[in-house]
Amino acid sequence: MINKVLVANRGEIAIRIFQTLREMGIESVAVFTEADAAALHVRSTDQTEKIENYIDPGEIIRAAQKSGADAIHPGYGFLSESPSLSSACESAGIIFIGPHTKTIQSMGDKLESKRLMQRAGVPVVPTWDGNPPESEFPVLVKAVGGGGGKGMRLVDHPSQLSEAISAASREARNAFGDERVFIEKYLRSPRHIEFQILGDAHGEIIHVFERECSIQRRYQKIIEETPSPALAPQLRARMGEAAVAAARAADYVNAGTVEFVLNPDGHFYFLEMNTRLQVEHAITEMTTGLDLVREQILIAGGLHLSRTQSELQQTGHSIECRIYAEVPEENFRPDTGVVAVYRPPSGPGIRLDSGIQEGSEVGFHYDPMLAKLIVWASSRDAAIERMKRALSDFVVLGVRNNIEFLHRVISSEEYRTGKFDTQFLDRQPDLLNASTNDIPPAARIVASLDRLKTTSGSGQMFTDVWTSGAWRNS
Amino acid sequence: MSNCETMQELVSELRGKLEAVKKGGGEAAVQRHKGRGKMLVRERIEALVDPDTPFLEISALAANGMYNDEAPSAGIVTGTGVIQGQQTMIIANDATVKGGTYFPITVKKHLRAQEIALQNNLPCVYLVDSGGAFLPLQAEVFPDREHFGRIFYNQATMSAAGIYQVAAVLGSCTAGGAYVPAMSDEAVIVRNQGTIFLGGPPLVKAATGEEVTAEELGGADVHCRISGVADHCAQNDADAMRIVREIFRSIPAAKRRPLQVSEPEDPHYDPKTIYDIVPKDRKQSYDIREIIYRIVDASWFHEFKALYGQTLVCGFARIWGYPVGILGNNGVLFSESALKATHFIELCCQRNIPIVFLQNITGYMVGKAFERGGIAKDGAKMVSAVANASVPKFTVVVGGSYGAGNYGMCGRAYDPRQLWMWPNARISVMGGEQAARVLLQVKMEQKTMSPEEQEEFMRPILEKYEAEGNAYYSTARLWDDGVIDPVDTRMVLALGISAAMNKPAAETKFGVFRM
Repeated sequence: MINKVLVANRGEIAIRIFQTLREMGIESVAVFTEADAAALHVRSTDQTEKIENYIDPGEIIRAAQKSGADAIHPGYGFLSESPSLSSACESAGIIFIGPHTKTIQSMGDKLESKRLMQRAGVPVVPTWDGNPPESEFPVLVKAVGGGGGKGMRLVDHPSQLSEAISAASREARNAFGDERVFIEKYLRSPRHIEFQILGDAHGEIIHVFERECSIQRRYQKIIEETPSPALAPQLRARMGEAAVAAARAADYVNAGTVEFVLNPDGHFYFLEMNTRLQVEHAITEMTTGLDLVREQILIAGGLHLSRTQSELQQTGHSIECRIYAEVPEENFRPDTGVVAVYRPPSGPGIRLDSGIQEGSEVGFHYDPMLAKLIVWASSRDAAIERMKRALSDFVVLGVRNNIEFLHRVISSEEYRTGKFDTQFLDRQPDLLNASTNDIPPAARIVASLDRLKTTSGSGQMFTDVWTSGAWRNS
Repeated sequence: MSNCETMQELVSELRGKLEAVKKGGGEAAVQRHKGRGKMLVRERIEALVDPDTPFLEISALAANGMYNDEAPSAGIVTGTGVIQGQQTMIIANDATVKGGTYFPITVKKHLRAQEIALQNNLPCVYLVDSGGAFLPLQAEVFPDREHFGRIFYNQATMSAAGIYQVAAVLGSCTAGGAYVPAMSDEAVIVRNQGTIFLGGPPLVKAATGEEVTAEELGGADVHCRISGVADHCAQNDADAMRIVREIFRSIPAAKRRPLQVSEPEDPHYDPKTIYDIVPKDRKQSYDIREIIYRIVDASWFHEFKALYGQTLVCGFARIWGYPVGILGNNGVLFSESALKATHFIELCCQRNIPIVFLQNITGYMVGKAFERGGIAKDGAKMVSAVANASVPKFTVVVGGSYGAGNYGMCGRAYDPRQLWMWPNARISVMGGEQAARVLLQVKMEQKTMSPEEQEEFMRPILEKYEAEGNAYYSTARLWDDGVIDPVDTRMVLALGISAAMNKPAAETKFGVFRM
């Protein structure tokens, strides 16, 4: 039985996990670094432990022991896919809310994981250890220990291969401390579709449908949705079965994600398995009613999954937009600063997983993701309209962000048709430029509303007519 | 033509007139002005006020049809705008109109703007670019109590009352005009453009033989470095506007009147449909409530004494969040209507809330029975209550404004904070038809007239009343603060009411009511 969970993470995901813990009546512990002393996640729980950094397993274990936590939830990123934390937990007698160390290890090795999947009969993208035949170019050089586009290189011609390999290894060594790379066939315009899976300690494994993650910038997902407009029921069933087979091959326990690439011809290939909760897990929750963090904790406590495969069904459509402190119009450069005004949207079908509030400082220390805006509606079209509305209502001032860019993407005809792939942005370079059709500058409106909010003599706040816009009577 | 088409025509006539005056003194003068690197008067104002905020221009059609139509807007633009969040009165000369000189109506307009500033505690900004009095009309501009000198008297007394006076000298500022910056609390002057002197180079040469350039005599360097007549030196118009905005950052905001203000709500009935309500035939009456519903928040109107004195509608409502009492005419005023008005005005003063008068009035009822019933003393009660009510009052003439009805419904003489006309409005001592019939009656006592003769007799009278009763005749002479599109009524009232909140409430003391 789990009584107290330390969340070895920060920002919105830490806050999101605390929320479920509170609902389950489980005590929670936050960890924070010097740079995060004033962060929102530190104030979202009743117990906190200060640490030097989020990626030292020893420190995390010590913090857990000091605070009396009997389990650790790693969130995503940081140590979530590092066997070092899960194994340290095992030796310290602390429950790691995630898969076995062995699974993390085998799935973390991109080459080994593919071999395992091949044996299990799951289709995989052709891969080579050495030089691929010339006819197979272009190819991708990828880091064995990597993800998120780091240590990745696209190579068009065999002559460029060795240089790309050394550049990718250098980057991989810096990013993951593992310089090994491998070569994979490059699929020109695939869709990126992943399946959520859940496995319990009793050998039960189910999939919780797919997530469409094709809208990316520099190999980073920015908009996700479910169901995928590309999957007919039959294909969905086949990919779901493959995902469960993949999880079974890995002896998977807890929540994980099987990533596939889907070619326009309908063939799909196993790409990799993420042994953690995904950033975009919320859209699955919105359409199935499951609380994936709750499932993770139940599984870690040795309990059965709360639903069987046949009990699960998807309702409606959900879209997530990742709100980043970055400037898409300036080559996605990250921005820093203090969030001066923060007015998140609200209303029916809107969920906001946010790690910031007004006055929060957005520094360069950590990932520039500020919040995840998730909408649900009965159909894809309705969800798009709702997302457009929510983005228009979303005001973040003080730190430049991608809200207007997201609004452009969501409003584009190409997105609406649902016929896109991971090359979406390369095909629509105009979306990277600010447009006169951008969101009615909500920021300006709110700022002027704030200006309008004059204090009347009675101390009441009201919107004064003199701040109502550039009206003229002549 | 439908009601709506008739009103649309009137409004497009208004828009046409407004567009015309925005051209200032004509293409050649505008080009000359721009050639000197100067901004046009309305451009200066746009640069001065906070972005995305309203500007309520006053009497844009002043001098319309006067002075051979050579003085559009009377050569001066005045209005209320927001600078650094503060409501201010802006008074700006248009140098493209006869060098920005003051015609009689220009003086009247300048003084009216200062009066509004004084009544509402609004800091004043003077954008000076004027050659002073229009000399050919000096007798109507210079000597009297409400002539040129009053401008500086007002500056002095407003400064004493803590109402900030700021001037930007953007062109000439000669003779009397030199006192505008000199009497301001703070003054800005543009280098190589603005000049301030009591006597210009020609006058100096004539008087003393001394030959000087205007810049040597009264340029920015002289006044900012040597004389101390100005305080800030600007590089150009835009820089001057920037400096004035900076000055406003240092001016403390007025303390606003404590009034229970709610979050504003749009009327439930589209204000645009006012066009359908107002009958195309002026003689036809209509229910003033239909207008009220299209002006007030959420179309909520809490009527007072709905069953008594029904020719006058009274009630409480909100306009842009501000509580108001509204009086509107639904016919000729009887004793009951006048008593109801008096009672209602007392209520508004007791509650300290602004009063809005919607005038569509032919006057008080006449006839033996009514005189015996004391219509004069009841009308007097109403007039007395209106005169003494010291809450902010606002008047909109939405139809006719005739005779003593004009007084009882807070005409110009009763000091409403603002008075606006709709384009269909009429104003005169009585209707043209009645006036002609009265005069005919008198004439007929002296001699008998054939129907043709009667008509011949009445025609010039009707024509005169038609011309002089027109909204544009009124607005040209500043009998009002401007002609507005009926759709804008709510906005105009809201801006005026909000501006009035800058002045602390004064206690109302009523006089003797003749019982």
